[in-house]
Amino acid sequence: MSVLTGLGRPSRLRTGLGFAGGALLLFAVAPAVLDDFRLNLLAKYLCLAMVAVGIGLAWGRGGLLTLGQGVFFGLGGYAMAMHLKLADAGPGQMPDFMQLYGQLDELPWWWKPFENPAFALAATVLLPMAVAFVLGWVVFRRRVRGAYFAILSQALAAAMVIFLVGQQGTTGGTNGLTDIQGFFGYDLADPVNKETVYFVVAACLLVLLAIVRQLMQSRYGELLVAVRDAEERVRFLGYDPAKVKLTAYVVAAGMAGLAGALFVPAVGIISPALIGVVPSIEFVIGVAVGGRATLLGPIAGAVAVAWAKTALSERFPGTWTYLQGALFVVVVAFLPGGLATIFAWLRGRRATPRVSTVVDGPAARPVEEGVPS
Amino acid sequence: MSGLTIRGLTVSFDGFVAVDGVDLDVPPGDLRFLIGPNGAGKTTLVDAVTGLVKATGSARFGETELLGREVHRIARLGVGRTFQTATVFEELSVLQNLDIAAGSGRSALGLLRRRRGVPDDVARALETIGLTGRLDDLAGTLAHGQKQWLEIGMLLVQDARLLLLDEPVAGMSHEERDATGELLHQIALERTVVVIEHDMDFLRRYARTVTVLHAGKVLSEGTVAEVQADQRVQEVYLGHSTSTEGAA
Ligand SMILES: Nc1ncnc2c1ncn2[C@@H]1O[C@H](COP(=O)(O)OP(=O)(O)OP(=O)(O)O)[C@@H](O)[C@H]1O
Ligand SMILES: [Mg+2]
Repeated sequence: MSVLTGLGRPSRLRTGLGFAGGALLLFAVAPAVLDDFRLNLLAKYLCLAMVAVGIGLAWGRGGLLTLGQGVFFGLGGYAMAMHLKLADAGPGQMPDFMQLYGQLDELPWWWKPFENPAFALAATVLLPMAVAFVLGWVVFRRRVRGAYFAILSQALAAAMVIFLVGQQGTTGGTNGLTDIQGFFGYDLADPVNKETVYFVVAACLLVLLAIVRQLMQSRYGELLVAVRDAEERVRFLGYDPAKVKLTAYVVAAGMAGLAGALFVPAVGIISPALIGVVPSIEFVIGVAVGGRATLLGPIAGAVAVAWAKTALSERFPGTWTYLQGALFVVVVAFLPGGLATIFAWLRGRRATPRVSTVVDGPAARPVEEGVPS
Repeated sequence: MSGLTIRGLTVSFDGFVAVDGVDLDVPPGDLRFLIGPNGAGKTTLVDAVTGLVKATGSARFGETELLGREVHRIARLGVGRTFQTATVFEELSVLQNLDIAAGSGRSALGLLRRRRGVPDDVARALETIGLTGRLDDLAGTLAHGQKQWLEIGMLLVQDARLLLLDEPVAGMSHEERDATGELLHQIALERTVVVIEHDMDFLRRYARTVTVLHAGKVLSEGTVAEVQADQRVQEVYLGHSTSTEGAA
């Protein structure tokens, strides 16, 4: 089924137009039609969409059911929030919650490097990538696959939550790191600065989209699909599939980390409830609904599911979880390629199918020629 | 060109010995047919040589010991194989299949670029296997025989120097078989080829030398005529060749 891979190559012009259209939508239309509150919500959704872009690569193209992206989202989020809390507190001061619990005389050693903005910024992306690298290296070398990989990812998300909740004095516990005031010197209470955060998020999303697009269309992207569909066969061609998968996994982790980092100024909080088992599953649901193997499907799915969650849980509190579950089941059962397949299907119906009527094969030509030396 | 030298190759699955102390010499440039009844251990022998199953003994390609190496390292030494059921990347195009097969030596940076046009070696292989016209079609849409050709094409661009083909003409029509036989002859001019086959007619026409496996052991070896004349071979295998003719 070609629609699942969607490896067709739109021309450069169409791609350029596509990106220009996306930029216009994000930078001109959305700020014009949405009020401050809605625009801020959109910033939050776009952060979730950044996670989805990475999942689209790792899961859609690479077949890695990444059910623990909350871990990387959380690492990025906490790295950013730690820095912002320290910056809010001022030089030499401890963050408010540490003073409140009053168990500590000084900043824990592992908080200290996050005072440095450059370190913190780098950590939001590199820390998740490093964790993914170590985990992926062990897991893929040992050829852990499918359900086992998914369960392991979930276990990691659960473990991270347990750690964060257990270390309340240094992590903020269940509350998380809240009440973040400033973003690199800008007051987040100011609507103008909030809007700037939105623009940063939107720009980052477009950059990630461009990166994933290049990866998908490169030879690496083709190889990734090959590994997804016939890992053993790839091995016999002289590749190490572990490295191929590891690359996609690490890239997806870095994207989730950046998303978590930007989520913090956009929403003002990072907490265990935002990164645990359930949010990790929700990331994947959005991607599945949108179309995991396509470029834009994951973004559309993530935004749509997050928006539906906000809209529906306001009106019918308590039923959202069931609705989300039902949506997932319906899509997986009837549209395994996600909503994006509908578009591909419609496009496919318009184009005439290519049917070869010629009987091809070696017999079609003399064998004296053409054997490469 | 290098040949394949196997000594005392043994593979056992939980105590069941599937390949039992096999000695086998395939000289450089040979076109060797490996035959034997179902369960004789032919596929398992190829699995052992290509690193898929653990084995004891020795299997050298040229001077290089293959046993104990990882699958992808053995492949990079120039040992290529196909599978009893043709395995191609169904959701990728014919061109993409070949391009991937050609690329295990590419640098990381090279992999991150897009492919532009059709690489020369891929174009030549397409010509050889007669799939030039199907370049952009998904491999999953190919006919069974074409998939098997695509697999052979992949070995060519992979630049395998030793080709181990597991029943490459199973399920092919007579014309397709002949075309494949000619192709194998061409390939064997510059490479060493081992073919597992059940089809006796195909064997008579294209084999240069034959090794007969039975219950994990080498039963007989020689030219087609020699092997056919061997009493033991007739008993276990050729004796009912008419009934297994063309069996896949
Ligand atoms: N992974 C495995 N575990 C256990 N037994 C196996 C395994 N692979 C093969 N065998 C057994 O080893 C024996 C040899 O199998 P093999 O596939 O090598 O035979 P073959 O000569 O290729 O037969 P065929 O002509 O049917 O392809 C068979 O009895 C088979 O059941
Ligand atoms: Mg077999």
